[in-house]
Amino acid sequence: MTAINKLFSKKLIVINLGLESFQKDLKEQKVKSMHVNWRPPTEASMKLSSLESENISEKIEIANKQALDKLLAAEPIIVGIGTAGNDIPGMTKKTILHAGPPISWADMCEPLKGAIVGGLIYEKLVTNEDEGRKLAASGEIIFDSCHHHSTVGPMAGVVTSSMPVWILQNKTFGNFAYCTFNEGLGKVLRFGAFSPEVIDRLNWMEKVLAPVLIEAMEIKGVVDLKTIIAQSLQMGDECHNRNKAGTSLLFRELATCIVKTKFSNDEKAEVLTFIDKNDHFFLNISMPACKCSLDPLKDIPNSTVVYTMSRNGTNFGIRIAGTGDEWFTAPCELVEGLYFPGFDEKDANPDIGDSCITETAGIGGFAMATAPAIVQFVGGTPKDAINYTTSMYEITCGENNAFKIPNINFRGTPTGIDIRKVIETRILPIINTGIACNRAGVGQVGAGVVHPPMKCFEDALTSFIKKTI
Amino acid sequence: MNLCVDIRKNTYYDSVALMLITKEIKKMPSVKEVIVGMGTDLNKELTENLSLSNDEIKGLTPNDFFIAATSDDENSLEIIVKKVDELLNAKADFDDSAPEYKPTTLSAAINHLEEANMAIISLPGKYAAYEAKKALNNNLHVMLFSDNITVEEEIELKEIGRDKGLLVMGPDCGTAIINGVPLCFANVVRRGDIGVVGASGTGTQEITVIIDKMGGGVSQVIGTGGRDLKSAVGGIMMIEGFKALIDDEDTKVIVLISKPPAPEVAEKILNMVKSTNKPVIASFIGGDRIEIEKHGAYSSVDLEDAARKAVLLSEGKKIEDFTGFTISDKEIDVIVQGECKKISKGQKYLRALYTGGTLADEAMKMLGKKGYRIYSNIPLSPELRLSNVHKSFEHTCVDLGDDDFTLGKPHPMIDPVARVERLPKEALDDEVAIVLMDFVIGYGSNIDPAGEMLETIINAKKEMEKRNKYLCVIGYICGTEGDPQNYKSQSEKLEKEGVILMPSNAQAVKLTSLILGKLNKI
Repeated sequence: MTAINKLFSKKLIVINLGLESFQKDLKEQKVKSMHVNWRPPTEASMKLSSLESENISEKIEIANKQALDKLLAAEPIIVGIGTAGNDIPGMTKKTILHAGPPISWADMCEPLKGAIVGGLIYEKLVTNEDEGRKLAASGEIIFDSCHHHSTVGPMAGVVTSSMPVWILQNKTFGNFAYCTFNEGLGKVLRFGAFSPEVIDRLNWMEKVLAPVLIEAMEIKGVVDLKTIIAQSLQMGDECHNRNKAGTSLLFRELATCIVKTKFSNDEKAEVLTFIDKNDHFFLNISMPACKCSLDPLKDIPNSTVVYTMSRNGTNFGIRIAGTGDEWFTAPCELVEGLYFPGFDEKDANPDIGDSCITETAGIGGFAMATAPAIVQFVGGTPKDAINYTTSMYEITCGENNAFKIPNINFRGTPTGIDIRKVIETRILPIINTGIACNRAGVGQVGAGVVHPPMKCFEDALTSFIKKTI
Repeated sequence: MNLCVDIRKNTYYDSVALMLITKEIKKMPSVKEVIVGMGTDLNKELTENLSLSNDEIKGLTPNDFFIAATSDDENSLEIIVKKVDELLNAKADFDDSAPEYKPTTLSAAINHLEEANMAIISLPGKYAAYEAKKALNNNLHVMLFSDNITVEEEIELKEIGRDKGLLVMGPDCGTAIINGVPLCFANVVRRGDIGVVGASGTGTQEITVIIDKMGGGVSQVIGTGGRDLKSAVGGIMMIEGFKALIDDEDTKVIVLISKPPAPEVAEKILNMVKSTNKPVIASFIGGDRIEIEKHGAYSSVDLEDAARKAVLLSEGKKIEDFTGFTISDKEIDVIVQGECKKISKGQKYLRALYTGGTLADEAMKMLGKKGYRIYSNIPLSPELRLSNVHKSFEHTCVDLGDDDFTLGKPHPMIDPVARVERLPKEALDDEVAIVLMDFVIGYGSNIDPAGEMLETIINAKKEMEKRNKYLCVIGYICGTEGDPQNYKSQSEKLEKEGVILMPSNAQAVKLTSLILGKLNKI
């Protein structure tokens, strides 16, 4: 008996490519079916065929498996708090780190320039905006990507030498990652604000918040982040644009230790109130947690897995395990989303920040299904949120074994972006993000979703092919 | 300018939901600025920026809900509060209108629908073969509706299918019914014990529809695509489909449908008849009946005859050629006399406007045998080719589904516009007496093909009446009572406007032939 005869005894289950009406007819007859939203191949997707020969595709599969295994094996923990100048490798008094791929002062967007001015004022290298801009343009200041220094920063991502930083470690591989403290919403340095209240807050963070947390962490020892992230995801956070649960869980971990420190009750209360009032306090932990989980993926020959996605407000950059340090950049897109009262599209800066390290690690927008509140930024429904996550499984090599999403049957989050799949399916990673004002000093004006430019992936593929074949 | 403030202490709403409500309220014409939010520091700062703050708002905590708006209208607070409450309490739409998930590649679809066993592919020909091959490599049976696929690609696909025991129905295959499910262009036909393998789409529709009309039913209807029985392809899928039906327990009678195959292909297929006890009807339209019968298969005079023989054989009854009508000769005579009386002197030509290619072909073959020279875009012989397919000449029969008419346009079974435009032209010709038309219903087809033509038919008849001529319109609805279009209402619409409907294409052609005979004294 042939397979044709076997088909006769089975229920017909159909995949439809082409005219959608053929599937409509099947649905009307209650035949199980799925329509493919097919798109014609592009120049880039034709190139994929050069990777399809058996010995090459096998090499890639093995390398990608290795990359995914490394990512899933990561165990990020908080080991303490330090200062950028002392702890971040390669920092000097005149180094300023920023989000995204490397960029010169002249090409920077206004919110990044504003944040740098603020950083220079905070470091007492200048006293006002004019001086700040002059010094920044003088060539005396060394600008570099946070990513080149095991660091990540939300939005402008500006890190200067005196800033206190979280020190995280990936227990499995021993590597570290660093991130500044989250300042809260409104007028803040990361959105390019540098008014006195911004600098005052930074000073308070250095003088009060950091010392209290340093002592609290000494009492605490370490904080295991994998479990906090796993729990947050089950409590409606996606750990990028929504960090309410993560912040609360961290607060529980730290509160007793903060109380046990030798500081005055006023100072302890100030610190606890600051954490309590800042729904995004945990963002600056989830980001370096993802960063130290992903860094071990750098330099896995033959792997097409993305280990960095990042933007500086001018360009979006990605890096691939198989091509090491090389950045693939293209101009950032505008964010689609919802604006705070008094602002609209005219006020929006293109996409900015290192925070899409969370999506790179398989949470954030990739875990949208678990955080339906976030999908409302783009006018979506819970079903849309599930569809967003579902589509991310098509561009990833695996599912997370610890981060599970309750309302899709506790399926693991889609993890390990494969550039081949992005190019084949033309589905771009979805990123949840805040929207910065395009004028320095104003701050956040909204939030929404955004995609990386396809060109980053196309260029990465070209370079990967050159290197691999 | 009035500042309106409404505060609800210890009332929590999600911040994103409140941002959406703010956006809605901002659209109200009386509202200048507005914030609906919780009393967070950020929101309090925003109220300051927009001059929406007062002492009350300054004192709020993040657990307090507030509405702050500025407006020209003193009374607007009440309206705004009412609208906010409406939005806050709006019933969630349980009928989640978000669309179902659609993957973008075949591979992804296979991951989502692991049990899938069939791929229907109607992509542009340029890409269709690639996707079909991918489907076969993933052990999916394939229905390949697309055309513009090369013979080489067709052979490659069919060889893969044959080697893996998978169906490759197509390219250019429009009709199949697998496990009782009509695929693409197919009718709702009762299930039964007649198995069909068809190389012609409308030929297959015609035979299965008549099987249903006679009370019979089908087990499986397998399509092969029109090129399968040419020498190059060698009938791969007809042979594989035939084998599967021979092995299928639910199939008692087998019908093979094709235009006359290449002789060596016909030979190969007919030789298989000996290997089964099941009766086989080879409906090779216009093919050599003696050759067919020599191999132990039954032959037929036309599509209807093939269907009738299949039903009779499945019922274990004796068969003979059916050449007449299913209504009495007397009734037929009344129709013929009646029509001829109305037709004026000088009106003598037929214009057959078909949407189904095989039905058009059948009509030309039947009339050709009676001695009529029928001009066409798919002529029986080269000298009968219309010099301009858009202009009829003497007796004309066009297949409006052929490339001549469909390039860049939907098939006339989906969108009858080509025939809607053609009929009025025929009505301008004083020598035209009869228009013959098919109405193919079933899945895939237009949801109201009769309705789409109705006004055009009425106008055409009127136009000729104005010139003291009469237009005789003969029609045939190829469909079953089970089809989604509602067979009965389709018939009623046409009959109400004087269209003479016949129960098969063959009978419609025979009636046409009788009337033409009177007019042309043949």
